[in-house]
Amino acid sequence: MAITRNVDAVAPVRSSGAFSIWLTRHTSTSLGALGRLSRQPFASLMIILVIGVTLALPAAINVIVKNMQSVSDSWSNALDFSMYLKKDLSVSDAEDLANLIRQRADIESVGLVTADEALLEFKKQSGFGEALNQLSENPLPHALVVRPSSGNTGASLTLLQEEIGNLPETELVQVDTEWVQRFHAILNIVSQAISIGAVLLGIAIVVIIGNTIRLDIENRREEIEVTKLIGASNAFVRRPFLWTGFWYGLLGGAFALLLVQYGLYLLREPVSRLAGLYQGKIAVASLTITESAAIIGVAVFLGLFASWVTAARHMRRIEPR
Amino acid sequence: MIQLDNVTKRFPGGQEAISGLSLSIDKGEMVFVTGHSGAGKSTLLRLIALTERPSDGQVIVDNQNTRRIKRRKIPAYRRQIGMVFQDHKLLYDRPVFDNVALPLIIAGVSYRDAGRRVRAALDQVSLLHKEKQRPETLSAGEQQRVGIARAIVTRPKLLIADEPTGNLDPDLSLEVMRIFRRFNEVGVTLLIASHDITLIDRLGCRRIALEDGKLQQQADPWQ
Repeated sequence: MAITRNVDAVAPVRSSGAFSIWLTRHTSTSLGALGRLSRQPFASLMIILVIGVTLALPAAINVIVKNMQSVSDSWSNALDFSMYLKKDLSVSDAEDLANLIRQRADIESVGLVTADEALLEFKKQSGFGEALNQLSENPLPHALVVRPSSGNTGASLTLLQEEIGNLPETELVQVDTEWVQRFHAILNIVSQAISIGAVLLGIAIVVIIGNTIRLDIENRREEIEVTKLIGASNAFVRRPFLWTGFWYGLLGGAFALLLVQYGLYLLREPVSRLAGLYQGKIAVASLTITESAAIIGVAVFLGLFASWVTAARHMRRIEPR
Repeated sequence: MIQLDNVTKRFPGGQEAISGLSLSIDKGEMVFVTGHSGAGKSTLLRLIALTERPSDGQVIVDNQNTRRIKRRKIPAYRRQIGMVFQDHKLLYDRPVFDNVALPLIIAGVSYRDAGRRVRAALDQVSLLHKEKQRPETLSAGEQQRVGIARAIVTRPKLLIADEPTGNLDPDLSLEVMRIFRRFNEVGVTLLIASHDITLIDRLGCRRIALEDGKLQQQADPWQ
């Protein structure tokens, strides 16, 4: 029986690198936290489920809105508007005006529909051909079909229409496609609502994880007291709880991702059937890698944030007696 | 090693657990603190472990004035002291090995390097063969020896123990005291609170008798 007094042995921090100690500590603590979660599989699964569903909701709606936006973008030609000219304008006047408007940067193209062409078209499509032949003169004006360039925003489009409507040659500007703009406006509202909803759901996740960690801390109160009593710092006792929060976030985020992808997979079939009916080329866009990473990243951040705040609050209160 | 200058610990209610206590313990001494429960034994140890701060006076441990140790420096301070408790304070959700390794893990020793030292510490309390067992499968005496192994695994210069034999029968108590004695022989300073006067006399160590938070005034019949 011999106890050798070894001074070096009391100072291990100097004998191996600080970084490798840091790494070893974190590796073992993170695995320990994961092991702890797996030892109460049901409780852990419930938390992960809640986080997953809570995150999947805004993510899924976001994907749907994104898909709708891409569909409605393909209707950009629907943003054309018709500009009916005053009756007394000649064809050459109309052509000059068309050339003038065409030079604007915010206009992609201008097409001229002369009164004669319009009448011919109308006769063909309306079926009133015979009746229209009875007219002594063509009641239709010349019209310009104006297609704004794609760089326009909703506001600049309205401005453009107003400007063109105010030209002395203009009789009437008719936007046939106000519904597209309304649709875009609705989509904008929906995406705004998602952002607000996502913030609220994020707060909910923080509360859920924070509460779980708080219970965990209470359950391990004695262990924390003992470890502090034999010299553990706040950082040391906090570390396992931070890792627990990290794992909740990571696994919850992964589950959310799975939910969204599976939902999109289920939608693929009916959407392609719908697209077939409309002869359209509509395909469901799934999450990009960046978006997937963002979901996971947000989940991990929320988990870490929640556990940090909770652990910091409670660790200071638990002091050995 | 330990020096108290006119130390008073007053609790919020106004009663004093320790009043105007001065004492000094040299390096390498093995000293017992005795007294009835409520005499201030535990408070004295808690002042040294910095789970309590003195209301007045100074506590100097290993040339450090504990008054100057800031809150966030307390963990590092505690790591220099081995502590043994009456109720062992083991962690029952992990095996003996992990319990003894805990102070090393806290100090940042890798699990692998810790192994050698943990086994050395367990060997000193003759529990090497039980390292994989859970504490609750051990007897009270064995659990206390695990607690001692945990206290000495970092090879502290000072070891404090609060009623380490409080729950043990005389034979086991003597065995625990013999273990302490062996540490003392290799230079560890020990401060042990105990009311087991018969046992203390058999060991023949210095005794500090407390009464109402002060050194006992009357002549001690055993000294």
